[in-house]
Amino acid sequence: MSEDKAVTTPAKSDGATLTKDAAAGETLLKVTGLQKHFPIKKGLLQRQVGAVHAVDGLDFEVRAGETLGVVGESGCGKSTMGRLITRLLEPTGGKVEFEGRDITHLGVSGMRPLRRDVQMIFQDPYSSLNPRHTIGTIIGAPFKLQGVEPEGGVKKEVQRLLSVVGLNPEHYNRYPHEFSGGQRQRIGIARALALNPKLVVADEPVSALDVSIQAQVVNLLDDLQQELGLTYVIIAHDLSVVRHVSDRIAVMYLGKIVELADRESLYKAPMHPYTKALMSAVPIPDPRRKNEKSERILLKGDVPSPISPPSGCRFHTRCWKATEICKTTEPKLTELKPGQQVACHHPENFEDQAPQDTVLLTMAKEAAELVADEVLAESAETSAAVAAEVAETSEAPAAEEAAETPATEESAETPVTEESAETPATEESAASAESPAAAEPETGEK
Amino acid sequence: MTELSKSGAAVGEPTSTSPAPTSFLEVRDLKVHFPTDDGLVKSVDGLSFTLEKGKTLGIVGESGSGKSVTSLGIMGLHTAGQYGKRKAQISGEIWLDGTELLSADPDEVRKLRGREMSMIFQDPLSALHPYYTIGQQIVEAYRIHHNVDKKTAKKRAVEMLDRVGIPQPDKRVDNYPHEFSGGMRQRAMIAMSLVNNPELLIADEPTTALDVTVQAQILDLIRDLQKEFGSAVIIITHDLGVVAELADDILVMYGGRCVERGPADKVFYEPRHPYTWGLLGSMPRLDREQQERLIPVKGSPPSLINVPSGCAFNPRCPYADVPKDNVTRTVRPELTEVGSQHWAACHMTQEQRERIWTEEIAPKL
Repeated sequence: MSEDKAVTTPAKSDGATLTKDAAAGETLLKVTGLQKHFPIKKGLLQRQVGAVHAVDGLDFEVRAGETLGVVGESGCGKSTMGRLITRLLEPTGGKVEFEGRDITHLGVSGMRPLRRDVQMIFQDPYSSLNPRHTIGTIIGAPFKLQGVEPEGGVKKEVQRLLSVVGLNPEHYNRYPHEFSGGQRQRIGIARALALNPKLVVADEPVSALDVSIQAQVVNLLDDLQQELGLTYVIIAHDLSVVRHVSDRIAVMYLGKIVELADRESLYKAPMHPYTKALMSAVPIPDPRRKNEKSERILLKGDVPSPISPPSGCRFHTRCWKATEICKTTEPKLTELKPGQQVACHHPENFEDQAPQDTVLLTMAKEAAELVADEVLAESAETSAAVAAEVAETSEAPAAEEAAETPATEESAETPVTEESAETPATEESAASAESPAAAEPETGEK
Repeated sequence: MTELSKSGAAVGEPTSTSPAPTSFLEVRDLKVHFPTDDGLVKSVDGLSFTLEKGKTLGIVGESGSGKSVTSLGIMGLHTAGQYGKRKAQISGEIWLDGTELLSADPDEVRKLRGREMSMIFQDPLSALHPYYTIGQQIVEAYRIHHNVDKKTAKKRAVEMLDRVGIPQPDKRVDNYPHEFSGGMRQRAMIAMSLVNNPELLIADEPTTALDVTVQAQILDLIRDLQKEFGSAVIIITHDLGVVAELADDILVMYGGRCVERGPADKVFYEPRHPYTWGLLGSMPRLDREQQERLIPVKGSPPSLINVPSGCAFNPRCPYADVPKDNVTRTVRPELTEVGSQHWAACHMTQEQRERIWTEEIAPKL
């Protein structure tokens, strides 16, 4: 078997990817329009009757040396995303590029040389280790599969890896059941690091662990990144863990990224209402804040089914700011502030993207009942302040945006009008930028 | 609460002849041991606490610290099963509203279970029976304790589903558990456990299996319902955030014992046990500025068969050598009062701990 692999490994010469190291900050992984639909089959003939839109159009980049955190509720497609970029699943559409090379539809043998560079850490340290193998065999498996003979032999290298992740190298011959959860997770990490990968995708690496152990593993991942210059994509549902480990964070909802931003901007001033709701829902370990219930945004009901996701903005069925445009037009993920991409018509902490559309949907009115008045008032205030600021300081970009948004709505209009509108609109834009400010306090009071 | 919980502070003293307590729930020196092939697993080893009506006690600890075993012990569910030869060995006293549960007649306890005290389990999918509709299960829970016909009971079930926020309760009552989403199942579980207006509600990791937005809904619901029904609530969790949201008092468990107990505010702001410090340090927090590094507790939780001698936390404790004469490794520390209503089990002196907390730990959090 190992001979078999030895034949395929020369493929490394064809991939210049394997020899060239991406400098820190360069794009390591690029994903465009990534989709994964799982077919639903029914009946005797197993005809396809529908599809689960698990991942439905993702665009993002992972830069060398950074940590991209991915958060979202269960069923938002974050794990599927992780398996798509490591190519454990075949994408339905879109493109995945690793170091500039298209790997979207590479076959098993085509992917094999790349497996060295892209590794995965799995959520459950109990089911991701083969109980019949010693940990020496488990951690040594990548060397065998790739036909690599490390300096000083496999055993020595495995023992070095064990000490790197903080385990006793003498435990080489033990079986997984002899280890605790945290130790098993370290074994999983050692296995992922064996071939010195460039990108490590960690799917909920700490969620199965106790709090005190969780901190050990988080610190370990942190140390390894600094020592080995690793790039991480960390998928997790725990927002405080994600904040701790990530440089940039993508928030997913029903198969789409709704916000992608630097850590600081995202946690200080989230722009997508869903991000805001998600963060406000995290219980704060501070009993003195127990009675400040007003800050919390409760979302109505459950996440809709990914089999038939809502039209327009997928969050409109639970959003307290949803208007007609949210139901009809899907908002694009656009960079509204440097380093902060948002897909929303009515973002928080920013100028309204569809100011002409002020009538709330009935659903939104119901949802708003769950949101404290203080939150609504505050968000109206900040939006107004930002809008005023934008109108004052940068009239030109504001004009562009103001002109662009109606154009997307009235799709009949050609880009020509958009261009012609650009210059005269400068003064009007200031007015239109103010209008959401005037309109929002009204909606807020409802 | 004041004088009552002081009686609870007398941990470890022989309590067999003590009189019935006046507080609503009092657990005295509870021990739950399981004989296994490898030895005796001391899941709970001498736990005492009190709880008043309308109050919430949060029990926190890592997996295997004995949190869930305590709750099952109070509910009398360890002795209920007749399967297997081996039974849990339970000793101590559990007083619920003037009745001692461990020595009481099983039929007597059965009458209380579900009516006086009830439980919300962690995983609603495995706690609900897949063959019966949600309605049938709630009706059964109600009719066991109330002599009413099915129609009245069903009306009550619909009423409860409505109360816990399930939309269209008159239709959903006839659904099966698999037709509910995770959050709705947990709501249905809560409806079932509250159908008899119990005075003691034990919630064992009620939100661990749920998403954070749904968790917020459920915590809100538990808080509102407690206000409405005035029950005593025990919430068991590993999430300090959840405890901070709900609990009036907090009990920190480690290796089957209580290491610290006190009002929530004290335990969070003036913790007096190194393990509590460890828990607070290992948790990334959204409400603070970004920490550079988390401060984990080294090592792993102890085996409950071979609990370390002396203080169970000593192999993991960075301050194990502070007290003299190796006492942490030989003598089991007892809970001592460190403040009003606040106890901790540690060999370090009060001053040492105060100094370490204020100078070394708190600034890093």
